[in-house]
Amino acid sequence: MAPPLNRRSGHSRRAQYNSFFTYAAGVAGVLLGAALLVVSIFGPSVFSGARALAADAVAPVSGGAARTRHAGQDIFETIAGYFKAGASHAKLEREVKEARVRLAEAEAVREENRRLKGLLGLEQRDPPPVAVTRMTSSTAASIRRFATIGAGRTSGIEKGMPVRSTMGLVGRVLEVGITSSRVLLVTDTESLVPVRRATDGVPAFAQGKGDGTIQIRLINLGINPLKKGDIMVTSGSGGLYRPGVAMAIVTSLTRDGAIARVLGNPSHAEYVIVEKTWAPEPPVVPSNREEPTSPGAASTGQPEPET
Amino acid sequence: MRRAPFSLGKAGPRKRINRVPSPILARGLPWLSVVFCSILPGLLTIASAPVLPPLGFLAFVAWRQLRPGLMPVWAGLPLGLVDDLYSGQPFGSAVMLWSGAAIVLDEIEARLPWRNFLTEWLVAMGLILAYIVLSLLVANIAGASAPIHVIVPQTVISLLCYPLVGRLVAIADRIRLIPFREIR
Repeated sequence: MAPPLNRRSGHSRRAQYNSFFTYAAGVAGVLLGAALLVVSIFGPSVFSGARALAADAVAPVSGGAARTRHAGQDIFETIAGYFKAGASHAKLEREVKEARVRLAEAEAVREENRRLKGLLGLEQRDPPPVAVTRMTSSTAASIRRFATIGAGRTSGIEKGMPVRSTMGLVGRVLEVGITSSRVLLVTDTESLVPVRRATDGVPAFAQGKGDGTIQIRLINLGINPLKKGDIMVTSGSGGLYRPGVAMAIVTSLTRDGAIARVLGNPSHAEYVIVEKTWAPEPPVVPSNREEPTSPGAASTGQPEPET
Repeated sequence: MRRAPFSLGKAGPRKRINRVPSPILARGLPWLSVVFCSILPGLLTIASAPVLPPLGFLAFVAWRQLRPGLMPVWAGLPLGLVDDLYSGQPFGSAVMLWSGAAIVLDEIEARLPWRNFLTEWLVAMGLILAYIVLSLLVANIAGASAPIHVIVPQTVISLLCYPLVGRLVAIADRIRLIPFREIR
């Protein structure tokens, strides 16, 4: 039915005031929103406490949602698997044969590596993870790429800790709540990770593009040495991310770098690992020191022998 | 004997006479459903690109189109606050845009006396498109610097699934008004 043309709410003063104040409150909402926006632009962490509380509040629900999500994915993958069972079976058998040979080679290389490291007095171990947890939710409707993980301050998580899946780097912790924390994913446009090519260490920066891909920007401009299929790993320069964590695979080249796809796609990873913030070893100080700096003393994670 | 749909309480066919809807459900369900829709997209998938529609905003617009006077014009303020907690946008963006959308929608409805499915969808399309683009703008001002092509898939999905959200809201509206409280 068409509304009446006269929009006055009758002769009742009360009704007129009521209508007026409702609209005034609507306009006040717009203004308050703008004010909040200005505050959050100039102080992005002002509302982090409220957000963390809100994430904690839905944490039980989102944990269940995460389990259901993975069960659902498994069902679809199983169904898809039936349709290509024969071809993929033959292919997998071929790959397994090759992989056995590679494994034997890798075994030998590892043995040699250990022997050489022993000769140098160098020992490197992966630090133990801070927490292993699920990704519970993400900002799927926003341009920003945040996710929530189901572990917080009670699990010893701190701001800045890198988060990875078994396949590769996922992001870093941005805000910490009591039982959940907010992670900035590597695909976000504000995420910048120093990387290098896995094979020869060509240094670059990996920045999210916001659409699920990553822009690789080379540090040394000139001839673009990257090729399709190159794997980029974290270089660890500047700290925060431990070196050698797989990050992205190059899918297409651009003038000053490449576009890459993330290896540790969080939607496929059931569990993620939160690691300690990695600190680069302090720069070696030449002279002025009595004892020469040996590689053993400079290695990370090792307590220095007391003299 | 067949049970009537949505019957709550004791078994048997729902009695219609002498019953009123629960005032809590009748008043609270719109708010609750919008809050639920704000939280839902995050739980559905761990996305590496904006792919899901802003369901909270869609539900908000759908409720206001279905029952213009049910939620007050200032409803965008509290509902937007909740949405901002979960959406990942800079805080305050939904408060501002939802309140603005409610005012704009009221103005359009006053000028557009006759309405049908198509005009409502077109009006909602305009609002959703403006909302997604302005959200991108707000996020970019706050430092995201995302290119505009990022939001294309999300916009298309949002525009197409709005009628579906409208139907779900209509179902919620029927549930809201089930008369099951006995009056004596």
